[in-house]
Amino acid sequence: MATIELQQVEKKFGEAYAVKPMNLTIHDGEFVVLLGPSGCGKTTTLRMISGLETVTDGRILFDGRDVTWLHPSDRDIAFVFQFFALYSHMTARQNIAFPLQAQGESRAVIEQRVNEVARMLRIEHILGQRPGALSGGDQQRVALARALVRRPAAFLMDEPLGALDADFRESMRAEIKQLHIAQHATTIYVTHDQIEAMAMGDRIVVMSDAVVQQIGTPAEVYHNPANLFVARFIGSPGMNLVRGRLADGVIHLPGGNAYPVPEAWLPALQQAVGREGEVIVGFRPEAADIVDDGPLAGRVYAEDLYGGYTMLHLELETDEIIHVRTNRQLILPIDSTARFALDPAMVRFFHPQTEAAIHQEARP
Amino acid sequence: MTHVALHNIVKRFKQVTALNDVSFLIADGEFFVLLGPTGAGKTTTLRIIAGLEKQDAGSVSFDGEPVDGLMPADRDVAFVFQQYSLYPTMSVYDNLAFPLRSPLRKLPEADIRRRVEQVAELLRIHHLLDRKTARLSGGEMQRVTIGRALVRQPRLFLMDEPLSNLDAKLREALRVELQHLQKSRTSTTLFVTHDQIEALTLADRIGVLDQGRLIQVGTPTDIYDRPVTTFVAQLVGTPRINLLPAVRDDGTLHVKDSSLKLPVPAQAALPAEFLLGVRPEDVRPGSGGEFTGRLALTEPLGAETILHIRSGEQTLLSIVPGIAPFRLGDEICFTIQRDRLHFFDQAGVRLPS
Amino acid sequence: MASQNISVPKTPINYSIRVDKVGVRARIIRAVRIAAISVVAVIMLIPIAWMSMTAFKSRPDAVAVPPKVSFEPTLEGFVSLIAKTRQLTTEQIAEYEKNPDLNWADRIMLRRGQAIIGVSEYPRRFLNSLIIAGVSTVFSVSLGLLSAYSFSRFSIPGAGDLLFFILSTRMLPPVVVTIPVFLMYRAVGLYDTHIGMIILYTVFNLSFSVWLLKGFLDEIPREYEEAALVDGYTRLQAFRKIVLPQAVTGIAATTVFCLIFAWNEYAFALMLTGDVARTAPPSIPSALGTGGIEWARIAAGSMGFLIPVVIVTFALRKYLLRGVTFGAIRK
Repeated sequence: MATIELQQVEKKFGEAYAVKPMNLTIHDGEFVVLLGPSGCGKTTTLRMISGLETVTDGRILFDGRDVTWLHPSDRDIAFVFQFFALYSHMTARQNIAFPLQAQGESRAVIEQRVNEVARMLRIEHILGQRPGALSGGDQQRVALARALVRRPAAFLMDEPLGALDADFRESMRAEIKQLHIAQHATTIYVTHDQIEAMAMGDRIVVMSDAVVQQIGTPAEVYHNPANLFVARFIGSPGMNLVRGRLADGVIHLPGGNAYPVPEAWLPALQQAVGREGEVIVGFRPEAADIVDDGPLAGRVYAEDLYGGYTMLHLELETDEIIHVRTNRQLILPIDSTARFALDPAMVRFFHPQTEAAIHQEARP
Repeated sequence: MTHVALHNIVKRFKQVTALNDVSFLIADGEFFVLLGPTGAGKTTTLRIIAGLEKQDAGSVSFDGEPVDGLMPADRDVAFVFQQYSLYPTMSVYDNLAFPLRSPLRKLPEADIRRRVEQVAELLRIHHLLDRKTARLSGGEMQRVTIGRALVRQPRLFLMDEPLSNLDAKLREALRVELQHLQKSRTSTTLFVTHDQIEALTLADRIGVLDQGRLIQVGTPTDIYDRPVTTFVAQLVGTPRINLLPAVRDDGTLHVKDSSLKLPVPAQAALPAEFLLGVRPEDVRPGSGGEFTGRLALTEPLGAETILHIRSGEQTLLSIVPGIAPFRLGDEICFTIQRDRLHFFDQAGVRLPS
Repeated sequence: MASQNISVPKTPINYSIRVDKVGVRARIIRAVRIAAISVVAVIMLIPIAWMSMTAFKSRPDAVAVPPKVSFEPTLEGFVSLIAKTRQLTTEQIAEYEKNPDLNWADRIMLRRGQAIIGVSEYPRRFLNSLIIAGVSTVFSVSLGLLSAYSFSRFSIPGAGDLLFFILSTRMLPPVVVTIPVFLMYRAVGLYDTHIGMIILYTVFNLSFSVWLLKGFLDEIPREYEEAALVDGYTRLQAFRKIVLPQAVTGIAATTVFCLIFAWNEYAFALMLTGDVARTAPPSIPSALGTGGIEWARIAAGSMGFLIPVVIVTFALRKYLLRGVTFGAIRK
């Protein structure tokens, strides 16, 4: 188990930044997810922590010890790859035992540890088989077992579920999380899937364009995104973001809609964009409610009926579509007008130029 | 517009039977979705209807006329492929105009321009017309592909997982777009996907395929609320339906290895042993709940949270709105929605209830 | 869970220590690499440079020991290559020099005591090479393309065996089959004809072009043509409008390889041609025997012979890199 610290760590390939200087502390036993679209620098960050990639500048500390220039094998970490990276000529048992043999453990210890970890992952029955004969889920379980058997200081996982079918992914997600709860090993997990990040992470590090956009708990990044990127990226669909114009305490939105700003927000907004100015209004689909006398209105563009709720897609004006989640089984005709209200506690505002969130109280 | 009928289609590839006696009807103007896992035979069905593949037995007819002898070009269908079907050496405009310039149609260039521009307007790709397709983003490409189908006004649209190669956000946006198009233009469409959300949200009716057999055909509500097998039940809905082995003991139903007990519904004729299916949204935590379990895991997704509740040796998934304030290890009370239970026999076939 | 009260350092850490100057090490490695590549490139180019130099040397310079690196360039080699000459006696030279109609080529040869009496065989053979290599390349690529397309797209019974059979024609070295081919050609009257050589090179290159082009066509997703089929085009139209433009890379690479083979081929050309259809390669070393080795002439011939291939390769070079590495690079 270890605390991992990144101090001003950066990576350049030629002149281009793969990761701009970042600071991050991952506490002992914490499950941290690096989340972002492909090419955002999350995998490079993970590879720098593992030592598979050198850093261009900055320091990496494990429990206060500088490991920046240590070889991966000297860092006491386990790496789980997306494509399993199992040795196809060995049985599952031999694969799992391999790291222990490299450490020169005795045969009896190896036997015992392999059985222990196999029991935990429920793969005892497939230990004798070769990877080629196993399903994707079982292969990834064997890969996890190979990582676990060493009892390393930290687990680094690079999209370990990315190559699995959707239904496997869901159950493996829960399995990995449960394993973490049982073991409490420091884990850094890379994914581009925000659902995975939300479901698994104690904290999420959202990255984009080589820059850390936000570090926070799932609830924080979901409810209080730091900027437009996070607001869009987290959630399915993402946060509704509508450009409006603030004037006289009212925000004028597309389609002739006017949204009176809640009292508590007005000073902060005026400070950020002036008494009159452009502002972006953000709200989650569940923050809107379809009510007959709602102050806002849109044209029904499409609607999704799910088991427990309906997702309405409303067009405020051409190309400005918002999503509203309502718990009622509504069926509104396409092109009819729907009125809705926003829950004042769940509305957020963003600066149109900086794209950063505007905070209700001035932050220190 | 056209109605389409498949009669007893059989297709074999070497020793493998890809389609086994598949028959269904698509009504005029209907959006029909074929749903199934990889290798179920969905794409093969589509290719047979398009004439790109020849069936070993059975027949396809459009408006009651068999089309089995017709070449793909003569069937007047539009095919939207999963990927790769935009011609990389042509501009977007030429891609859209390509079907109209076919020797079958040979429209005057002025008509072609009018129709291309109309479709470009509809799909909001007007600004891309002069661009080479290699320079488009994934979402733009797929819009153009759909545009190329729309420009023709064919008898039938065939779509082979058109959204599956896009990232999650784009897929969602384009799905809404398709839904809107469908509702405002109503054209006969056969849409193939392995994504249950696409199927449930887009379809007028869904056909579920597994290993070359058509298992169930019905509206999204039918499929979701009355799945005919455990396979269908597990295929639709996230998180997956809870399937619990249970035994009947007179009027009581015991879930194995747990303390869960429910009265047997009066009208149900249950065997001694069976599988009980409960959708996660029908497991409802609440202070007055009749059952208790221990919270083993929470998965906050934002708009909702998945709870893993342990009861004895069984785990029940429950889905609740918002980010739930529960802590791991908590004792949780919950109820199970009685009128929405599913029963399956040991072989996975739905039992009447 | 240790997720509460955790924050990133508020102030950036400015004193970060750089343990190792990666930049410098990387730069040194790169410099060494470039130097090594340069050395190899120079070594590879020496023969070509030497040949080019020799082509411009006079006869004494060409055979000088030790070899001369600096010399007075002359076109003697080129002129003697394309001209038929006669050796003059001393008196004849004196008389010849007085002739006012001498052009520059005459003067060059006169310095060696020779008079030009006509055009040599070489230009005709060069033309033969152009015709035979050019036409056979067009045939082998176009026929190869059609059959590669069939192998790539249709399910042909025994396709694997057929492909192997096609390849097997390439397994025998030309020398082994020249005698039987010679006998057959003589019997049917194809010996020493352009047609005969074109057929032979086409057949020999076909196996190669089928295999290479099949690889390229396999990489073009069939959805492209299927989309066109559904859009109302025939298979042939789809092939022409959709597949061809995308196969340009492969076609270019195949063309170059076929051309190089047909252009350089020596054994068949030596055995199966006499005078009428003889190509350039066998005619260059024929300069060897006649009264001492004419190094300048040979070098000039080789250089002239090199130029068309260099031009074609250069024109198609942007396709070649992808062509020769095909399969290894994916999009």
